[in-house]
This record gives sequence, structure tokens and C-alpha cells, in this order.
Amino acid sequence: MFTGLLDTLQRLGRAWLDFFNRLGRGNLFLLHVLAGLPGLLLRVRLLVQQIYSVGVLSLLIILVSGLFVGMVLGLQGYRTLVDYGAEESLGVMVALSLVRELGPVVTALLFAGRAGSALTAEIGLMKATEQLSGMEMMAVDPVKRVIAPRFLAGFISMPLLAAIFSAVGVYGGSLVGVNLLGVDEGAFWSQMQSAVELEKDIYNGVVKSIVFGFVVTWIAVFEGYDTVPTSEGVSRATTRTVVHSALAVLGLDFVLTALMFGEV
Amino acid sequence: MDRTRVLEIWVGLFVALGLAALFMLAMQVSNLSTLGQGNGTYTLEARFDNIGGLKVRAPVSVAGVRVGRVTGIEYDISTFEAVVELAVDEDYAEFPRDTSAQIFTAGLLGEQYVALEPGGAMEVLEPGDEIRLTQSALVLEQIIGQFLYSQASGDKEK
Repeated sequence: MFTGLLDTLQRLGRAWLDFFNRLGRGNLFLLHVLAGLPGLLLRVRLLVQQIYSVGVLSLLIILVSGLFVGMVLGLQGYRTLVDYGAEESLGVMVALSLVRELGPVVTALLFAGRAGSALTAEIGLMKATEQLSGMEMMAVDPVKRVIAPRFLAGFISMPLLAAIFSAVGVYGGSLVGVNLLGVDEGAFWSQMQSAVELEKDIYNGVVKSIVFGFVVTWIAVFEGYDTVPTSEGVSRATTRTVVHSALAVLGLDFVLTALMFGEV
Repeated sequence: MDRTRVLEIWVGLFVALGLAALFMLAMQVSNLSTLGQGNGTYTLEARFDNIGGLKVRAPVSVAGVRVGRVTGIEYDISTFEAVVELAVDEDYAEFPRDTSAQIFTAGLLGEQYVALEPGGAMEVLEPGDEIRLTQSALVLEQIIGQFLYSQASGDKEK
């Protein structure tokens, strides 16, 4: 009975220590990656290749989901607003919810699923097949050669993808609101323009997407680099990337929203 | 050569698309294009007995045209009035001295805004000047209260 209690305590303690151990390794790893970024300027081709696989290949899912999210917002917002005779405010609702919240958050979630998991699986498999060790044998730093370009590519791609998502979403909202439901086009756009502020809404949305890009890519490359080098380990690392990224994005979103828009 | 070229073209397209989206958000969606094209603003002051639900950043309009926004609302403890600071676009300078300011509501329950009504005087308002003629906001509760009161008194007279 007493030893059982001690065992429970020990498990708790170990889980706690493991957590901080991982956190510490993640931070040291991040420093290592950041130190490798300047060297990338000499090897832009690596970066371009990674932007292609992280950014360009995510474009389709971002475009399609952005369009549909905007259209759904238009449809649902209209149902509510028309009861109060305020359907002209539809543009405001669609644009603000996209630019402030849905653009960065949904893009980050899709990005974690589409690009983050691929990054983890790729790097994890490189580790499992000892390609990373092979590079070390040849005195090539795998963090600089493999991780840094992927990290920077994710960091660059994410804000661009979020901006595309929001822009396409606003267009989708106008498609449904103006062309389908018959909201006045002038009122739709002019009310939107007078309510959405460049400094407050758009800049903050971009800041959010930059933070999310940083966090999601960091989690993805770290999970890949830190994976247990077996096929099961890679599969677990990939799952963890998606789960942890989603949790981090949603948690950070609350914190960022409270900091940016909390005082209004 | 072909593969890298295609790759780089795609990446270039992606970055251009992303920047175009940001540009579209800035120009089409936000207020960048509606507020004066990088021109400065100048400040006018107006004192109201009651500003109702007026908020900072509410629009200021003349003849229905938006010319600026409310930048500050303070309470003057000596005169018991609300002091509203209006930032007006420099493009729309030179209001006559006897311009009056009123607080209106857009629609029945919409947001409140300040409407300026130019007078006929020859001198113009300088930056920092105060608008003397003001009319307070209509507070819906007061109007309903007055209406009910007059209804009740009307009934008694019958």
C-alpha cells in the first residue's frame, strides 16, 4: 500500500522531469537551428526547395478551405443578421472573424496537418534510416543542412498562407452574401472597410500567423529530430506533432487575442 | 535544370500570391483606402451635455461624407460636460466658425457618429478650435420615458 503510493509519486515525478527534459532539449535545439539560419543565405536553393514542399504544396488545401470557410460564414452570418435588418454588416462580420481569428488559426491547424506532419515524418525517417548520423560522419551538420531550411521555410510560408486564406475567405463571403443572398455590394465592402482597421486588425492577424508559423514548425522539426528511430516512433512523433501543434495554436491564440484585443 | 526552374517558378508564384493577398487585405478589406491618402489630420473640439453611446474611433461626417473620426472623449469636471476630440482629414479643412456638431445614430440601433453642419460665417475653424454649437445625443430611454409621460398625462386630460 505504502510502496504503491511511492510508485505513483515516482511516476508523477518522472513524468514531470521528462516534460522539462524535453522542453529543455527543444529549446537547445531551437537555438541550434537559429544559429544555422545565417548559413542558409549561401544555400538559397535548399530553402526554395523546402518552401515548395511546405508552402506551395499546401496552397490547394488553403485555397479550398479558405473559400468554403468564408462561404459558410457568409451563409450563417446572414441568417442571424437578417433578423435584425443588419445584413449589410455581413462584410464586417466575415472580414473581422477571418482576419482576426479564423485566418491564422485554421491555417495553422491545416498547416500542422498538411506540412507539419510531413516534416516530422521526413526528418524522423531520416533519423530512423541513419541518414542524419551519416551526415554527421561526413562532418555535415544535419541541423544546418536538413533542419534549418525546413524551419525557415515553414516560418516564411505560414503568414503567406494565412493571408491567402483570409483574402480568399473574404471573397467567398462576398460570393455568398452579395451574389447569392443579395446583400448590397457597396454596403458589404464599404462597411467592411470602415470597420476593419489596418493597424489593429490586419497587423495583429499577421503577427498571430507569424507566431503560429514559428511554433508549429518548431514543434514539427523538433518532434522529427527527437523521434525514437523506429517505425513506431516515427508514427508516434507524427501524431504528437499534429496534436501538440493544435493545442499550442489554440492556447496561444487565446493568449494573443487577450493581449491584442482584450482591452476593448 | 528544368526541375529546379519549375520549382522556383512555383515558389515565386506562391510568394507573389501571398503578398497579393496581404495587399488585398490592406487595400480592399481595411480602412487604408478610405482614410485620406497618407494626409495628416487636424483636431477640433466639441463639448456636449450628453454623448450617449459615442465611442472613440466613431466616424465624423459632413453631409453624410466621412471626413474623420473621434480620437478622444473626456469629461470636464468644471463644466460637467463631455469634451470630444475630433480628428478631421486635412483635405476637408476650412469649416466656417459657426459649424455645429450633433451626435446621430446610424439606423435605429446602429453606432453613433458625429455629424458636422457647416454654417455661413466667413472665418474658418483653426486646428484646435472648439465647435460652439452642439446638440447632444438622443438617448432612446429618455425619449421613450418622455413619450410614456406625455401619453399618461394626455389620458388624464380626457
